[in-house]
Amino acid sequence: MKKNDLILQTTTKVVTFIIIIFAIHLFFAGHYTPGGGFVGGLTTSAALVLLLLAFDIKTVSKVIPLDYKKVAASGLLLAILTGLGSFIFKVPFLTHTYSYFNLPLLGKTSLATVVLFDLGVYLVVVGVTMTIIQTIGESE
Amino acid sequence: MSWLHLVIISPFLLAFLIPLLYKSFKQIHTGWFVLPLPLVLFLYFTKYISGVANGNSYLYSLKWIPSLGINFDAYIDGLGLLFALLITGIGTLVVLYSIYYLSKTKESLHTFYVYLLMFMGAMLGVVLSDNLIVLYSFWELTSLSSFLLIGYWYQREKSRYGAQKSMLITVFGGLALLAGIVLLSIPSGTFSIREIVANLDVVTSSSLFIPAMILVLLGAFTKSAQFPFHIWLPDAMEAPTPVSAYLHSATMVKAGIYLVARLSPVFADHAVWFTLVSTVGIITLFWGSFSAVKQTDLKGILAFSTISQLGMIMSLLGVGSAALHYEFLDDNIYVVAITAAVFHLINHATFKGSLFMVVGIVDHETGTRDIRKLGGLMTLMPVTFTIAIIGGFAMAGLPPFNGFLSKEMFFTGMVNVTKMDIYNMETWGILFPVVAWIASIFTFVYSMILVFKTFTGKYQPEKLEKKPHEAPVGMLISPVILASLVVIFGLFPNILESSIIEPTMASVAPSLLDAGEQFHVHITFWHGFTPELFMTIGVIAVGILLFLTLHKWTKIYHLFPESITLNNAYNNGLAGMEKGSNGIMKFMMTGFIRDYLLVIFAFISTAILITLFTQGGFKVDTSNMADIGIYEAILAVIMVLGAITTVFAKSRLTAIISLGVVGYTLALFFVLFRAPDLALTQLVIETVSVALFLLCFYHLPEFKPKKVRVKFHLPNLIIALLVGVTVTLVGIASSSTKLFDSISQYFINNSYKEAGGENMVNVILVDFRGFDTLFEIAVLCIAALGIYSMIRLRLAKEENR
Repeated sequence: MKKNDLILQTTTKVVTFIIIIFAIHLFFAGHYTPGGGFVGGLTTSAALVLLLLAFDIKTVSKVIPLDYKKVAASGLLLAILTGLGSFIFKVPFLTHTYSYFNLPLLGKTSLATVVLFDLGVYLVVVGVTMTIIQTIGESE
Repeated sequence: MSWLHLVIISPFLLAFLIPLLYKSFKQIHTGWFVLPLPLVLFLYFTKYISGVANGNSYLYSLKWIPSLGINFDAYIDGLGLLFALLITGIGTLVVLYSIYYLSKTKESLHTFYVYLLMFMGAMLGVVLSDNLIVLYSFWELTSLSSFLLIGYWYQREKSRYGAQKSMLITVFGGLALLAGIVLLSIPSGTFSIREIVANLDVVTSSSLFIPAMILVLLGAFTKSAQFPFHIWLPDAMEAPTPVSAYLHSATMVKAGIYLVARLSPVFADHAVWFTLVSTVGIITLFWGSFSAVKQTDLKGILAFSTISQLGMIMSLLGVGSAALHYEFLDDNIYVVAITAAVFHLINHATFKGSLFMVVGIVDHETGTRDIRKLGGLMTLMPVTFTIAIIGGFAMAGLPPFNGFLSKEMFFTGMVNVTKMDIYNMETWGILFPVVAWIASIFTFVYSMILVFKTFTGKYQPEKLEKKPHEAPVGMLISPVILASLVVIFGLFPNILESSIIEPTMASVAPSLLDAGEQFHVHITFWHGFTPELFMTIGVIAVGILLFLTLHKWTKIYHLFPESITLNNAYNNGLAGMEKGSNGIMKFMMTGFIRDYLLVIFAFISTAILITLFTQGGFKVDTSNMADIGIYEAILAVIMVLGAITTVFAKSRLTAIISLGVVGYTLALFFVLFRAPDLALTQLVIETVSVALFLLCFYHLPEFKPKKVRVKFHLPNLIIALLVGVTVTLVGIASSSTKLFDSISQYFINNSYKEAGGENMVNVILVDFRGFDTLFEIAVLCIAALGIYSMIRLRLAKEENR
């Protein structure tokens, strides 16, 4: 029996974007207000899970053709490389720095290397959560 | 590295070549390649005789582990030289004998000679080492090679049993010896025997002196088959006869004697030493000779006889230690005991070696060693019979053989015990000569059984596997040489006096001599009408009487039930230990995780509670406590309700949901305690984990769908309460104890200044302590990959099926 999930699917299409934007906000705001890579990643995967619930796995993987294992791996790689980058400047492993730049459109902005590290955390969390859920969901 | 070091390790070096020689020269008996080595070594050692007889000693040092004070110090003095001569001399004869005894085609000769050479080298190392650790190393090598030699015919079950038994007992003693050595070296700070003797005051005044002595004696007693550790020796008779002759009569079993004699200068001036050594020796003497009479196997008789004779030497060394109490060498009547010990050591090696070889010949030529089947071999094997008579009579202590002389001196020593006015010997001392005399009677009886039951009486060819005839000449050479030594030492004991016995006594009891002085020993046949002469006459008279009425009184051995023998105790002990450890394993290792958890939790909480209260770590300090608000109280009540529901839930679904309640309440607590990051994370994580729980719940098999309450177990309740109480107490105690200020002020001050962030939690996570985070995300990745591979690999396996 095929169920008609019109309301759910329509709502999902709208809500997913809101969740993802909230997740990105959490991620970027993490350095100043509550949030950060971990929660941001989890929220992003919550959005993806919502997609999975509303549609089926095949559709979602067609729309977002990502291998989440690779996402996790690249996140880990990014975090490590951020740490290793400090060696170029002859400072200890995982030493971070920040500075203020005047960027077009955004104006005076603080850019910090920790964001790269946090991005690694973010990718790992998204990759890990999605790998687990997808793997369990696909198994019969 | 001196020549002497090379001499000690030369058997090991040759052992490496033996398999090669065996494989290359199939037609030549491998023994011929071995034979020259002990002979050359024997000749090498003879050149030391004159030097040692003049009171010299030789020390050659070779650094091994100098930082630990362990050096390969080869040392030759009278005692070491005597043993070295015995080892190489009898070694030569045994190798010669084994060439004719062991078949070239049927036996794996290369392993035999490798083991034998290994033993020879190890034994030389034991007797020529001055360093106790080196001595111990060689000591264990003798145990190992003896184990290998006893189990030479490893396809026989009794060989394996005997080998295991001897291994267990001698290694037990060996380890005790090691402990004794370590205890001995602690006060003196050295492993060198000479240096320990030089610093004797420090050692004797130490509280470790008596434990060290007892442990060392344990090592010596097990090795020398003293009561009650003698039980391995009769079972070691499963070894090939050359091995029994060499190891279990002439050399290895004397390693314990050597040790006692070698360490006499350290320990002898002490009542415990005297009591232990002489009492154990005399008990062994009696028990060995008593048990030998009931044996029906020739090698069994010889084994018990060896035990008894070793006990005799041991008791003589014990009695001899009393000599140290009496200052003046003149009219020191206990010195004769040391003389007798040394002299009998030599004599025993000669006659026991020859007797073993005789038994080997009888076994080889008739196919049995059972005296009930043997008899009347006198005319068939006249040479063997002659050797047996010489050896047997020497063992019984009859003139004109050397055993007579040492037995007389033994009686002298024992009679002198009664005159002793120390160590409470005025009352108990009388037992020594009495027991010694009775033991000598039994010795006489079994010697006669050995000789006459085998060679005289009725010839029973139908019971024998082969047709007996005289042994080949090559097999007779060694016993003939040993038997002639028995006679020569018997008739001309003076050739040993100044060359061997006196320097040996000087190394056993050096404190009796002033500088430049020497012992003067004079062994004669005729003492005049002394008590010992009458004792010998008594031994012979009663012995003959007992031998002739043998069948009438041997029933007494059946009175002694089999179930309380030492062998039985050993076997039952072994089986019991196995059963006991098996039982403990079965009790402890149930295979149920809940049992292990029970033990782990019980242990942890009791350990923590004991530490908490014995170390005075518990205290309650309420000064730092914050006020409790209404929200905290409500949340706490909800959390407790959730937890209680989880524990008492009837269905799993209830448990999962109430667990979720606990988790969300925790998130609310985080909100309340102002931890927004934690609250966010906790909310999401709790959601995910509840979803995963539900997934598991959904997939549970329909095996037992009964929805039952958690079963009640009192131990579980007790331990759960214990753990809860422990953790609560530790929590209270640790929050009441603030030794140092928190580090958090640093983070508050610097998170914006240094890291440019205002969310302190996040700054700590990614910047101050980013290293932790790095590995936490690594853990997450591993978990994901683990889940992925578990599920995917399982699927792949099912597809393959």
